[in-house]
Amino acid sequence: MAHDSLYTAPPSGAVAGRERGRLAGLRGALGSWDAAIVAGLAVVVLLASVSVPNFATGRNAQFLLLDLVPLALLALPMTLIVITGEIDLSVASMVGLGSTLMGQMWLSSGLSLELICVLVVLSGALLGAVNGVFVTGFGLPSLAVTIGTLALYRGLSFVVLGDQAVADFPADWTDAVVQPIPGTSIPVMVVPVLLLALVFGVVLHATPVGRALYAMGNNGEAATFAGVSVARTKFWLFVASGAVCGLVGVFWTLRYASARGDNATGLELTVVTAVLLGGVSIFGGRGGLLGVVAGVLLLGVLRNALQLADVDANALTIVTGTLLIASVVLPHAVADVRARLHRRRQRAQLTAS
Amino acid sequence: MSLTDTGVTERIANTSPPDAGRPRRRLTERLLAVRELSLLLALGALILVTMLHNDRFLSSQSIKDLLLGCAILVILAVGQTLVIITRNVDLSVGSILGLVAFATGELFLAAPGTPWPAALLLGVALGAVCGAVNGGLIAVAKVPALVITLGTLYAFRGIDYYWAAGQQINAADMPRSFLRLGNQTLLGVPVLFLVALVVVAAAGFYLHSYRSGRELYAIGSEPAAARLSGVPVGRRVFAVFVASGALAGLAGVLYAARFGTLDAAAGTGLELQVVAAAVVGGVAIFGGSGSVFGAALGAVLLTTIGSSLAVLRIDPFWQQAVVGALILAAIGLDRLLAARMAARLRGRSARGA
Amino acid sequence: MFTSRRLRLGATALTLTALVLGSAGCGGTTRENSGTDAGGAQASGAANPDAPIKEGLKIAFLPKQVNNPYFTTADNGGKEAVTEVKGEFKEVGPSEASASSQVSYINTLSQQGMDVIVTSANDPNAICGALNQAKAAGAKIVTFDSDTKPECRQIFVNQVTAQGIAENQVKLISEQIGGEGEIAILSATANATNQNAWIELMKQELKKPEYSKIKLVTVAYGNDDDQKSFQETQGLLQSYPNLKGIISPTTVGVAAAARYLSGSQYKGKVKLTGLGTPNQMREYVKDGTVDAFALWSPADLGYLAAYAGAALASGQITGAEGDKFKAGKLGEFTVGKDGVVVLGPPTVFDKNNIDQFQF
Repeated sequence: MAHDSLYTAPPSGAVAGRERGRLAGLRGALGSWDAAIVAGLAVVVLLASVSVPNFATGRNAQFLLLDLVPLALLALPMTLIVITGEIDLSVASMVGLGSTLMGQMWLSSGLSLELICVLVVLSGALLGAVNGVFVTGFGLPSLAVTIGTLALYRGLSFVVLGDQAVADFPADWTDAVVQPIPGTSIPVMVVPVLLLALVFGVVLHATPVGRALYAMGNNGEAATFAGVSVARTKFWLFVASGAVCGLVGVFWTLRYASARGDNATGLELTVVTAVLLGGVSIFGGRGGLLGVVAGVLLLGVLRNALQLADVDANALTIVTGTLLIASVVLPHAVADVRARLHRRRQRAQLTAS
Repeated sequence: MSLTDTGVTERIANTSPPDAGRPRRRLTERLLAVRELSLLLALGALILVTMLHNDRFLSSQSIKDLLLGCAILVILAVGQTLVIITRNVDLSVGSILGLVAFATGELFLAAPGTPWPAALLLGVALGAVCGAVNGGLIAVAKVPALVITLGTLYAFRGIDYYWAAGQQINAADMPRSFLRLGNQTLLGVPVLFLVALVVVAAAGFYLHSYRSGRELYAIGSEPAAARLSGVPVGRRVFAVFVASGALAGLAGVLYAARFGTLDAAAGTGLELQVVAAAVVGGVAIFGGSGSVFGAALGAVLLTTIGSSLAVLRIDPFWQQAVVGALILAAIGLDRLLAARMAARLRGRSARGA
Repeated sequence: MFTSRRLRLGATALTLTALVLGSAGCGGTTRENSGTDAGGAQASGAANPDAPIKEGLKIAFLPKQVNNPYFTTADNGGKEAVTEVKGEFKEVGPSEASASSQVSYINTLSQQGMDVIVTSANDPNAICGALNQAKAAGAKIVTFDSDTKPECRQIFVNQVTAQGIAENQVKLISEQIGGEGEIAILSATANATNQNAWIELMKQELKKPEYSKIKLVTVAYGNDDDQKSFQETQGLLQSYPNLKGIISPTTVGVAAAARYLSGSQYKGKVKLTGLGTPNQMREYVKDGTVDAFALWSPADLGYLAAYAGAALASGQITGAEGDKFKAGKLGEFTVGKDGVVVLGPPTVFDKNNIDQFQF
């Protein structure tokens, strides 16, 4: 049970009964959290449209969505990983390493950019596989492993390109990734994001694999008994996470027309924030992709609106932190109150009988 | 289960007859000894190699630099060890350090006559308050430490940024007596390092000899069992976070004294190094084992690596990669050693030894 | 069960690859066959030198990061100028010096309909696309301190010519070490455009006969991080026992190096000069660690950048070579090649004059 080590007490022994009761309560609250986050998103969008000048324009929507592409992509595999009770903190570093690998290959290999992009995604998958081997093969806690690879991959990304930047990517490529869909103000990059979201959504919510992921998060041993290979599934999740990071690395490099070692530094915190905000439990076993997508959008809209309203960047830092804390404290507090009420009712029933 | 109430007394009186809990205790103790020894060896090898390359590396000046350089990291690593032993983690230490360092500078700006011991106490108190916020949120709301401290990492840093608003505090703004604290030596040893030594010794003594200190291990190895055997888990975890915050506060004041130039970014990203130091020092990330001595050695090793790379004129970009690789190697090695020892112990008990 | 899951995961991987390939198209773009971007013509339309400065111009400053005292000072200089031309001043920016968050701010500013965006680039290329979009939407772009590619802005307000910095720094260190011995450079990051230009020119400068006895042994990088610069200084002194002097042409580096030297046995023996702010260096000039160092006035830099922006937005200048404009208390400036305006030679600070400066 290495995976719950990073959080708090795993349910065990006599406590398990109570924990199970709470989990049921949480599951009851799940629907309402999804709904709450979508409602919250709607309210924020509405408020911002009314009160922030220049917010409700097609052009702004384009900027906003384009800024959210990396976050949305990274949040997809992260959701699945967190649901199994693991975490991947190395995502931003893998994006950075992907970006510098792309820069170095473009600079010195003479390969075609198409091939380079594929190679970058594959090397992302390889980096993810390293995480996967450490977590599932050696049975180490994913928090520790990915903090290690966070430093390792970021360090390597500086090693690959030194502190230089590669910027001479062909203009038609760098333009292509920021173009809107003709006739609309929606960036074309939203399409692959939606496609991938669909793939991850289907895997999570409509396949036996998805159900197994929840089972792992709730109780790893039970999932093993049910005939699901926990280790193998988790391994592939980390590989998928790495591959998506490679993809984001390609996008990031092209969007900013610049491959450099510090690309996407610190993004892992935003990704985790978005996933938790989307209602995924850090203990695993709970959450859904719809909530996460809404969480990503909420985070993006909030930042964009506050920025347009000339709120200090430093206040934005505080807002992110507070949102993260609130998004985990609130559902737990609600569940706690419910559980307490429930227990009181039970006790009342006991004394009555 | 070995470190519940009965285990505590036995651990102190190490000569008590063997019982069921004994092999595992000896296992952890031997593991720790192995770890500390191997750290010392690694440190020795590193210094030797660097010295062969450049004999000035062991001049009194550079030893002084080294001790000065690691003092702050050592203090933070001690706080982190207390937290990790209880199966939690405190990612907000870098932000607390930054906030306290800046607050110290502001204090001297506002009241230039403040004697430095008062500044020190105020800094520690501010750090403890930040730690209490962490601990309070974790204990009351029963939310994982990882998430809460990730949130407060943003929040404390944001407050710091907001407060500083681009302002910088310079050495000239602080009293000489305070700045001298950062550079002064006592019998050739920097005062800062002596402070760190006192902190290590005090924490080490507390963990080893006090009942509440032993209980921290109990909480970390099996929280549910600890709770059942009457350990006040919530209170202990809260106290541990206050302690970690207070130590980060102490480190913040010392940081101000040592560096003299302060802006709101002081200590950014330090949390990673602190966790790395603890993990490299043999503190198990899943709680329940580790010593502050190991963590302190880990901190010294990391600092020495930084200095050696500069002296060996190795590309500084490798430094971060090395830190990451070290974390992975350390946790991997732990797992390997634990598995081997467990296997050997099993073999021995099977033979009836 | 296993096979079906593997199939699905395999399918996911395939989808990913297909997506990349799909979005990549099938052209086979290599570095050789992709033409470099054509440098866009920057000065369009004719300048009217007599046009009055418009009132109510919305001028926004976007520094590398908002928590850097250097930029705070520069932006305050800009604010003074904007107030003088009766415009609206605004300062926004990321809390960390990253190019991607600057892009997001540029988009926001463009969305808010700013007349002038004055920025210091975290990456010469990464913010180019956003700047061009903002330009297309009607904003005038002025860069200061750190430039972008020339085609992405109208004017670059350079603090000093690279040549001027190089000459000044080499002269200072030569005077301090008595014209001979080993020196080292402690720079910021290895990809800092201006640092590298200066270092290159310093190397040229050192080839002059009067500096023939000075040997540059190495360039170290402190990443503009206080602690890292501190450690690098320490490393330099250990690696090069005969080191006589250090040039650190970055405010963070020179302050860290000075602090290390002042607390070490090398104080006064190893000379240090560079680019630093008087407030940061006052302590070390007074205690004898540092004899003299140099810097331009960041406030004047911001002030000039704001005036350049106002002149652009009012049609006084277009950014073409030879355009002239008045910048309040600083007098008249002429736009040079590639739209560069130079603030002037750096000021040298030593213990006689340092108390006259507060920034």
